[in-house]
Amino acid sequence: MRLLWHSDIPLWHDARVLRATAQIVSVIIVVSIVVFAASNVLSAAHDRNLSLGFGFLSEEAGFPIAESVVDYDEAKSFRYAFYAGIMNTLKVALIGIVAATALGVVLGVARISTNWLVSKAAGLYIEIFRNIPLLIQLFFWYFGVFLLLPAVENAIKWPGPIYISNRGVFAVWASPTSTFGPWLLFLLGGLILAVIARFALVRVQALTGKHAYTTIIPLVIFSLISLLGWFLVGDTPLAQETPVLGRFNFVGGIRFTPEFAALLLGLVIYTASFIAEIVRSGIQAVEKGQVEASRALGLTEFQTLRAVVIPQSMRIIIPPLISQYLNLTKNSSLALTIGYPDLFGVGRIIINQAGRAIPVFALIMAAYLAMSLTYAAIGNLYNHHVRFVGR
Amino acid sequence: MMTTNPDTILPPQTDAGAIGWVKTNLMNSWYNALFTVVMLVVGILFLQMAIGWAVFSADWSAVTSNLKLFAVGQYPQEELWRVGVVLFMLSSLLGVTWGVWGGVARTFALVAIGGAVAMVILPLSMDDLSIEGRLWIGANAGFIAAGYYLVQTIGGAITPKRVIWAWLSSFFIAMVLIRGFQGLPLLPLVGTNQWGGLLLTFNLALVGIVACFPLGVLLALGRRSNLPVISLFSIMFIELVRGVPLITLLFMTQVILPLLLPESIQVDRVLRAFLAITLFSAAYMAENVRGGLQAVSNSQVEAAKALGLSGRHTMVFIVLPQALKAVIPAIVGQFIALFKDTTLVVVVGLLDIVGIGKSIVLGNVEWVSTQREVYLFIAATFWVFTYSMSYASRKLENALGVKRH
Repeated sequence: MRLLWHSDIPLWHDARVLRATAQIVSVIIVVSIVVFAASNVLSAAHDRNLSLGFGFLSEEAGFPIAESVVDYDEAKSFRYAFYAGIMNTLKVALIGIVAATALGVVLGVARISTNWLVSKAAGLYIEIFRNIPLLIQLFFWYFGVFLLLPAVENAIKWPGPIYISNRGVFAVWASPTSTFGPWLLFLLGGLILAVIARFALVRVQALTGKHAYTTIIPLVIFSLISLLGWFLVGDTPLAQETPVLGRFNFVGGIRFTPEFAALLLGLVIYTASFIAEIVRSGIQAVEKGQVEASRALGLTEFQTLRAVVIPQSMRIIIPPLISQYLNLTKNSSLALTIGYPDLFGVGRIIINQAGRAIPVFALIMAAYLAMSLTYAAIGNLYNHHVRFVGR
Repeated sequence: MMTTNPDTILPPQTDAGAIGWVKTNLMNSWYNALFTVVMLVVGILFLQMAIGWAVFSADWSAVTSNLKLFAVGQYPQEELWRVGVVLFMLSSLLGVTWGVWGGVARTFALVAIGGAVAMVILPLSMDDLSIEGRLWIGANAGFIAAGYYLVQTIGGAITPKRVIWAWLSSFFIAMVLIRGFQGLPLLPLVGTNQWGGLLLTFNLALVGIVACFPLGVLLALGRRSNLPVISLFSIMFIELVRGVPLITLLFMTQVILPLLLPESIQVDRVLRAFLAITLFSAAYMAENVRGGLQAVSNSQVEAAKALGLSGRHTMVFIVLPQALKAVIPAIVGQFIALFKDTTLVVVVGLLDIVGIGKSIVLGNVEWVSTQREVYLFIAATFWVFTYSMSYASRKLENALGVKRH
């Protein structure tokens, strides 16, 4: 003992021994749980003659998906079906993030409005929708609103060719014609010129100290060039496509299914209430002295907001905002309960069809983890960026 | 020559009075005046429509005829007295808490008394609520008052610490009463498959809260541990669980867990849902607690060491109390989220209050056309509890002087 440790501390009080023991014991526990579970899985798989590999992914899926961003049909493989599910999740998540941010910012600003009524109304919205579970809100929108809308024959006609029925919302949409490609080139050229002009004007403004209209001139350049292109390419690049009532349903235009519409509405309304609180606390966290100082320097109210308050509150707002985006994406898995074929919903069907729970769950988890990591990476990048600029 | 006499300068216009209030709060600029008018018009139109619908065209019979189902699901009628006794116990405790602390407890006690009395005098046409049931509920008002007067009369013996212990033990007593035991004559087993409605919702939430808190603290400590293996396992668990939706965990415990266990071990469905909710919340709780641990200044640890406290004592008596106090708002927020998340058990077929509404009430041809009414009722019920929790949390923050971030 003495030879080994050169110390008078008994073995059971020696920090090094304790540290090593704690780690070895925890490794043994975790490994034995994993081995125990794995052996049970293997024996169950063996008994039921199930393979645990991913080979089945190339087999024909053979089930329909109600709606899909990508071109999917029953003859495609399981792998492609899963891909269609991922794309559906991304579709609802991306549109939802944009809409929830817009609504949340409006509500957050309204919450700190000097208008008592506006502020209270925003507060009421936040307290109501934040405190009701999303699942109940989704059920309400789907079963209580969208499915109870009139049938297609009696669809509610919104001003303009927008029809709302229990088969979904149908709206006028622009479909590209043969000249769409050339026109895109004009758009691209206009964008490049506008960016160049913007850089040049910012430089001129910095050098001369005179107002150089750094926003308006690039915008005018871009719109003029795209307008010019519209007439130069000959035929109109985008044709108006109006939904028309066919025998069973509307044909043409763009369609939002009730499942998609209810899911999107539920996610946006729910998430916006959280975003509003983030925006409110972010703006309120900017010191009052900052506003007073910029007023003293003669900045206008708009300039104060744009150059002083918003940049500082952004640092506080962005990190929790990104975690709300992640929440929205994860919450979109509730699509399963109202039949929108998202990643999770399609995964469930594949489990039923192919009977392979473990590999499919591994895929589902991997897909969500990949999304989480992407959001985390964006958040870290932003944090790094503001830290670099700030110090 | 003109001199300005100070007496002739008019005093600044006062903002007091109703007109002054309207001027500063509703009409302080032309666009705010416009907003006010637009919001008033839209608000009044909406309220008129909503009230008109709720009073005249909505059919609330799906709710009024199924109050018992929504409350306790398919809990056997002859054992319902056990739920009643649990309510009496909680009511008395609420009364005692009111007597000891006042403040928020007083507000809650008064609201609960009001609710109990309201249930008794609800219109008699609600056939689902028997006279007996009304009396059981109404008696709670008496138990709250009794608890309050108990403190008023014997006072000193009831210390805040004892009240906290009483609340903690009431959880276990309630669980025993509601579940019962196999073969016990007075308290026969009521299996979890018979739990339902609000009773199941509360059970899921309470078990989740009680179990996820210590697990979350352990995970947070593990993550900050300087033993690399333990910290690695904690980080892996936390990030893996936080990266996926709860619904994945719920399905995994339903579908995969039976595969991971030998076939001789069968785990109850409700227990598996408990497991998923607890593991999910624990990962989030760990991150909240970690935030608190980081907020505790290192000098506190150094001072504790200088006083000769051991590592364990430093953690338990110095670091953790300060860390947890700093993140009370986040922890309560997590509890509220957990309470809302319990609704997801619907997707694995459990009959919590949402499941009762969706499968049992709306599955009935008689009420299938009253989707809106049923979901609005469930939403309102949930809102009352979640709003109370966030109200209590705000009061607690003010009382403890911690700031919400």
